[in-house]
Amino acid sequence: MYPAAFDYHRPGSVQEAISLLQENPEAKILAGGHSLLPAMKLRLAEPGAIVDLGSISDLKQLSLNGGATIGAMCTYDALLNSNELETMFPVLHEALAWVGDVQVRNLGTIGGSAAHADPAADIPAALVALEAEFVVVGPNGERTIPASEFFIDIFTTALEPEEVLTQIKLSAPDGNVVSAYEKFPHPASGYPVCGVAVVVTRDGSGNVSSARITATGSVYVVTRLTGAEDALTGTGGDASAVEAASERATEGVSEFAGDHYASSEYREHLTKVFVKRALNRALGN
Amino acid sequence: MTVSETRKDLVGQRLKRREDPRLVKGAARFMDDIVLPGMAHAAILRSPHAHARIVSIDASAARAMPGVAGVFTGRDMEAINPLPCAFPVGRGFENNINTPRALAIDEVHWTGDGVAVVVAETVAQARDAMDVIQVEYEVLPAVVDAELATGEGAPQLHENAPNNIAFKWNAGDQAGTETALGNGEIVLKQRLRNQRLIPTPLETRGATGDYNAGTDEYTFWLSSQAPHVHRLLLAAFVMGHPEEKIRVITPDLGGGFGAKIFVYPEYPLVGWLSKALNRPVKWTEGRAESHSATTHGRDHVTDIQVAANRDGKITGLHVKTWANMGGYLSTIAPGVATTLYGRMVSGVYDIPNVYCEIVGTYTNTGMVDAYRGAGRPEATYLVERAIDLVARELKLDPADVRKVNFIAQESFPYTNGLGMLPYDSGNYVPALDKALKNLGYSDLRAEQETLRKQGKHLGIGFSSYVEVCGVAPSAWINAEGWGAALWESANVKVHLTGKVVVTTGALPHGQGHETTFAQIVSDRLGVAYDDIIVEWGDTKGTPFGYGTYGSRSLTVGGAAVVNSVEKIRDKIKKIAAHVLEVAETDIELNDGVASVTGAPDRSLSFAEIALASATGFSLPAGMEPYLDETSYYDPPNCTFPFGTHIAVVEVDADTGKVDLKRYVAVDDVGNVINPLIVDGQVQGGIVQGIGQALYEGAVYDDDGQLVTGTLMDYAIPHASQMVNMELDRTVTVSPVNALGVKGAGEAGTIASAPAVVNAVIDALSPLGIKHIDMPLSAPRVWAAMQEANERN
Amino acid sequence: MNHSVSMTVNGSKRDGNVEPRTLLVHHIRENLGLTGTHVGCDTSQCGACTIMMNGKAVKSCTVLAVQAEGADIMTIEGLAKDGELHPIQEGFWEEHGLQCGFCTPGMILSSLDLLQRNPNPTEAEIRHGIEGNLCRCTGYQHIVKSIQYAANKMAGAAGDD
Repeated sequence: MYPAAFDYHRPGSVQEAISLLQENPEAKILAGGHSLLPAMKLRLAEPGAIVDLGSISDLKQLSLNGGATIGAMCTYDALLNSNELETMFPVLHEALAWVGDVQVRNLGTIGGSAAHADPAADIPAALVALEAEFVVVGPNGERTIPASEFFIDIFTTALEPEEVLTQIKLSAPDGNVVSAYEKFPHPASGYPVCGVAVVVTRDGSGNVSSARITATGSVYVVTRLTGAEDALTGTGGDASAVEAASERATEGVSEFAGDHYASSEYREHLTKVFVKRALNRALGN
Repeated sequence: MTVSETRKDLVGQRLKRREDPRLVKGAARFMDDIVLPGMAHAAILRSPHAHARIVSIDASAARAMPGVAGVFTGRDMEAINPLPCAFPVGRGFENNINTPRALAIDEVHWTGDGVAVVVAETVAQARDAMDVIQVEYEVLPAVVDAELATGEGAPQLHENAPNNIAFKWNAGDQAGTETALGNGEIVLKQRLRNQRLIPTPLETRGATGDYNAGTDEYTFWLSSQAPHVHRLLLAAFVMGHPEEKIRVITPDLGGGFGAKIFVYPEYPLVGWLSKALNRPVKWTEGRAESHSATTHGRDHVTDIQVAANRDGKITGLHVKTWANMGGYLSTIAPGVATTLYGRMVSGVYDIPNVYCEIVGTYTNTGMVDAYRGAGRPEATYLVERAIDLVARELKLDPADVRKVNFIAQESFPYTNGLGMLPYDSGNYVPALDKALKNLGYSDLRAEQETLRKQGKHLGIGFSSYVEVCGVAPSAWINAEGWGAALWESANVKVHLTGKVVVTTGALPHGQGHETTFAQIVSDRLGVAYDDIIVEWGDTKGTPFGYGTYGSRSLTVGGAAVVNSVEKIRDKIKKIAAHVLEVAETDIELNDGVASVTGAPDRSLSFAEIALASATGFSLPAGMEPYLDETSYYDPPNCTFPFGTHIAVVEVDADTGKVDLKRYVAVDDVGNVINPLIVDGQVQGGIVQGIGQALYEGAVYDDDGQLVTGTLMDYAIPHASQMVNMELDRTVTVSPVNALGVKGAGEAGTIASAPAVVNAVIDALSPLGIKHIDMPLSAPRVWAAMQEANERN
Repeated sequence: MNHSVSMTVNGSKRDGNVEPRTLLVHHIRENLGLTGTHVGCDTSQCGACTIMMNGKAVKSCTVLAVQAEGADIMTIEGLAKDGELHPIQEGFWEEHGLQCGFCTPGMILSSLDLLQRNPNPTEAEIRHGIEGNLCRCTGYQHIVKSIQYAANKMAGAAGDD
């Protein structure tokens, strides 16, 4: 309950934050703090310095202009309060609503969740399914990382140690897009034992022209379920097509997570179940 | 309601609690709110290993850390004796007692064992220094399972306990039961695991010690459900310090559920540290620390064999239980697993042949002791599962099988075959029938059939329970092994201003004694409710009492209050007779007014009586001034609340997730002083039992590491997982005490876990599933369904 | 190195000097002496430490005191106005929404956040709204009733305006 001592920095700009990260190799970035501080309280994390992004107001901006540019320091709550964001990206809204509890959502940030890359986090599933782009700024300037390359492993992203995640960009839905997020929460932590996000595009005749389906919680890093995506694409998206897609949901996934609460077999099974549930809801079956 | 007028009908009213204003305003004082001048803070380094020898401890770096006042190890405090086990198993049985010390000296036996303590100016500094203490361990193999611990080649924890056996105990008729099993028309066997639970009061434990070198007195602030017992045990057994020079104070207590009954190593420790450093020392437990270091509950492995006739009548029940005690014996652990469990395994049923054998074992896990229900939930679970197994096997309605086996109303007081005191009163069929009616049983069974055809798994589960409450008759409990008595005390004083002060040896921590005790006194003394205050929690100022647990406060402590009030009434009559110059037999005492029979204008108001008695200007010859009476009430028997609970669940065929749909309960707790409070007790109890049935379970890995070490892993019920419970009551008055009450604090927990488990098994019975061990988590239920589907 | 922090707490400006690692809950309890805010866990699960920060419920064990620089804080001690219990406090008292009372301050403030967003919640919305708060005593049923009581009372009060 008492973190180890650290130096505290509150930069006013992203550039200042980067300089502080360069000067303090031991530093950790503090965003909403709802993953980092619990770890520090148990002394599972003992960073020598904290760089608090809380005073950089640019990072709290949400701009909606066709697509969405979401400042990394936008809280879940702030994003949940945007009706436009909900209309445009229902899957993200649903995932946001599933995060933690109201107190967590009032302070936790979307950028913090993405950069932390907890294997059992809701947000990455939605972001990968939406093919988000991650804007990061470092000593060498700004670069944009596609979702497919951002999440690498447990608690590991493509962020370099001196880089700051500044924005998450979402492209406006192109055509007839439906989406959903379904989750089986852990009874204690509320984290997904399995979470599945689906984003499905239908062509003019109502057939599925593309599908992006992701799993979180049941796997060690958010994963595209390409078997299900392939199975669904080109179909009419009816219940039998969804059933077939769900059967192929775990195809190509090398490993499912297992622990004392739920075996990997169970999580593999849940992945299929929740692919089915999310798709059926999204497609109105 | 505000009750300023004098009235006689407060007992039975849904009075809102007078405790609440301070609690809803954030103005209560809990353990960690206690701050003393010069106070330092302790942090305890606990063993990272479940079983190891301590080779060496180097605290030099820690001593040099900022703010550190001292670092100590078990060697420094060998003068503190090991803690007492106050409730070993009763006379004639094997007892191999081992208890923990303030800090371990040579060997650690579970990950909660403390090996060193740091005292510093701030908690953070103490924690920093703790991290740099170097301890060299020789790691030893560990065992965590109660049954495996007794097996050949198992790691041995204590020299005096071969095969890790702490005690062996039995009750009932072994030969008769074996004969019944041999002759049974059907005989069923089942292994049941009653998993280990972490009590999890929202406030963790704490302890502050303040030694006064001028008076040689220790003052302790402790998380204690029994401050007088703590003082007694610390004085007589642990610290060897005169009892009158130890004071124990318990402020507002953030829940206990049994876990705060016991004397823990940290309690003598803070006293010793305060004396060593000559300043107050406070220790506040962290939540993860609490999961390791505070006692757990349950953890039984039980084999049952049940014989029955084809009509469902049970003819024999044979029980063998391995009860996990953890690394040492906690304060009353053996008594929980024997008297409170073994003598109750026949439950509400008249089972002609019953035998129960219990082996208490040491393992490299946290100590197990009383947790809400304490033995009775384990007993009820066992017999309620047995009834359902019989009903399922014989294709009989489980409600009918219960009725066939219920102890008949005319059999009370009823003596079971396990040596329990006679059940004081009971009438089991009406409670079951009321529950069936409130549920709409036959309609629900029809709905179940319809849903089954749609592939949905709806289940209805019963639990008919009886518990033993107000465990007190002192001579009896002493024969059971408990080293002291269990009567309860109360003092009632009437001050000069007419205000009444009730002082109790009980220790409320959510049960609302300040309200209910005042309701009782108001009615019986005829004094305005708002003129009565109830005091508790400080050994200086309360009569010796045994505290609050086992649903005993009202049945034993409340009865003591009644006795004190009766003594006050007697004295008032004498004073009134003297002042009004009539015979005592001519005085009537109504609504607090003493008047002459037949001449109501000749009277003394309560204020006049109070003034007269407190000043003593005009009292009968030889009478001492003041109305001040103490009672020590030792009841003739325990009380035996009962009831039937019914759970309705739906199991998700895809995920195994159990959704609670309805919960119907009919309880009989005897007379009810405050229905609002009883409802709250029952609801909270039910949810704790549902927690056991569906979510909770402390898990140790094979090395003795606690896997469910935080609230991220250990799941206690959340609001959204629960439903509104449909409560009802029958009233069978207890003949044991003057109030006719039986106790309500544990009933819900005792009843609910088997109701939910029976409901889940009922839901899954078409698959041929007969049993799943708790917790019935989604992954576990799904695995059982998979297995059944493969079998079918 | 210590940092100075300044925040408004229950309407008063409160200055302090803290280590960066000082959690807001410890600052409130130990430096400001407001012990109605409780610590019930160490993993941000239980919600006993819930306070209002800039009008929203947050777990003060998961905020550094230095992060609250300039913030407007309300603790349970600031909820009753002019000696009158807030309708939520009153609801918890009327409906027996507490037993030991340790979770109660946090539970009440989460309820406040809930009712600010949704003045007329359904039972399910109430249960979901207090998901970040654990109570081990009540089984939640009376807590739900307490919040319903408060919602009704507050709706009545709003209607009177």
